[in-house]
Amino acid sequence: MKLGREEIEHIARLARLGLSEAETERFQSQLSDIMENFDILQEVDTTDILPTAHVIEMENVIRDDKVAPSLPQDEILANAPRQEGGYFRVRAVLE
Amino acid sequence: MNFEPVMNPYDLTIAEASHLLKSRRISSVELTRAVLDRVSSVEGKLHAFVTVTENLALSQAEKADSRLSSGDATPLTGIPVIIKDNICTRGILTTCSSQMLRNFVPPYDATVMEKLNSHDIVLVGKGNMDEFAMGSSNEYSTFGPTRNPWDTERVPGGSSGGPAAGVAAGEAVYALGSDTGGSVRQPAGFCSVVGLKPTYGRVSRYGLVAFASSLDQIGPLARDVTDAALVMNAIAGHDPRDATSVPHPTPDYTRSLIPEIKGLRLGIPKEYFVEGMEAGVKQVIQTAISRLEEMGATIEEVSLPSMKYALSAYYIIAPSEASANLARYDGVKYGFSVQDAENMWDALEKTRQYGFGIEVKRRIMLGTHALSSGYYDAYYLKAQKVRTLIRQEFNQAFERFDALITPTSPTVPFKIGEKVEDPLQMYLSDVCTLPINIAGIPGISIPAGFVNGLPVGMQILAKPFAEEMILRIAFAYEQATGWHKQRPPI
Repeated sequence: MKLGREEIEHIARLARLGLSEAETERFQSQLSDIMENFDILQEVDTTDILPTAHVIEMENVIRDDKVAPSLPQDEILANAPRQEGGYFRVRAVLE
Repeated sequence: MNFEPVMNPYDLTIAEASHLLKSRRISSVELTRAVLDRVSSVEGKLHAFVTVTENLALSQAEKADSRLSSGDATPLTGIPVIIKDNICTRGILTTCSSQMLRNFVPPYDATVMEKLNSHDIVLVGKGNMDEFAMGSSNEYSTFGPTRNPWDTERVPGGSSGGPAAGVAAGEAVYALGSDTGGSVRQPAGFCSVVGLKPTYGRVSRYGLVAFASSLDQIGPLARDVTDAALVMNAIAGHDPRDATSVPHPTPDYTRSLIPEIKGLRLGIPKEYFVEGMEAGVKQVIQTAISRLEEMGATIEEVSLPSMKYALSAYYIIAPSEASANLARYDGVKYGFSVQDAENMWDALEKTRQYGFGIEVKRRIMLGTHALSSGYYDAYYLKAQKVRTLIRQEFNQAFERFDALITPTSPTVPFKIGEKVEDPLQMYLSDVCTLPINIAGIPGISIPAGFVNGLPVGMQILAKPFAEEMILRIAFAYEQATGWHKQRPPI
């Protein structure tokens, strides 16, 4: 299936991914080609086949709820682009 | 073992270097200096590192030397290592070869780093890679490509291309890489070193920057099979901080190094000899298979019909998981951040536009599309059902065979620039390695010969947690052939 410009823009918006004009054009043809190759999967009969999300058959892994020290605040904030008063500083969500 | 006189300490294996260190014929500082000198002389041609931690390496070597004198050293004590730059190292840049993390200094160590550090290893530096481990040639590193030490016009493979090239060229004795669809094995094959992807859950992923969480696994790159076993002894095991790591006991992998494969049943899956496979590669692998037969293994062709769907299933599943994992890069908590923006959404989109490179964007787009409303069933869910079929076929094969033998890649190392503009061609480079990530089983690539001076890797696959079987066959083949002793002409 061929992806149109609107679809590329829609996917980019879902991913919150800014794209340049050149990237938008390039992805239109490249993603179309790649997705076309995925069509081969439609020939596989998967009636009654359960999906595998994960290869290890394990139930929920539960640990004891024990109090343990976490990393110091200053180390956690050390990589933050913007911080203030011991918090991550973010942009206004509501304008 | 037949020890040649030590000409270049940087050419030693872990086992050889450890023997010399423990008998005090060489110190860790001397070994580390030899490796750092080697880095100085070849790194300009190879670019295997993002960061070289020279001062740290020398101080760690001094510490290792005092442990060696005290007599409680392990086989890894004082041995120089490269760590792929997506494995968190406390206080040391961990960039994933991305603009997004180019200034990221982790506040904690990955579990594998904690484990290695407990042996007093020597960190030479962080290995160059395809950005966020997405790629098969190291050309998608934001810092520029790594080159193959066997031919510097060619790629080393990827995404653990820096670790593989570095180990092949003597810039460290061994390395840790990560393997999501072949990222340890394919570069190991391209650089003629040993690369092992353990069973999913065998090695903790805590502190490995996530790409595709149901496929990722950390594994060793080494100069021979013995060294791969020694590294596995150090890194394998359950970790409460990785809920997907399994609580099985960890064996001593060196005990599986038996040069004897008489009576083992080896299957040759015909679907792995794909259309487009180079004749030279096929020839090398057929010769290797004949050799295994001469050594007493029984060889039989087997068909795994769903393998032809593995590539498509993989390139839906891995990008889908990646698109979710990489949603965390929002320019708020850490990493690259665009401040000059109109509002929150604009800042977020620009941060991701300028922080991610082309292949990472391509995969985020693919994954987001495959997971999006209206396409989820046709792509993602279908791929997961095909994943079930692939697992079942491997399981059935391992009822009849102790291991499967395949080529690691359909081609020898290709030229830099040859595939970088053609994503589908690049993806095909993983066609022989990615099926086992989908199935979660272990696999190794070992040197199997050369075509016009370019390396060819042979892959050995076995059932879950049968790393010992893989190591045994690999060791027997290695001892019988000696390809691992060849060093690149750099």
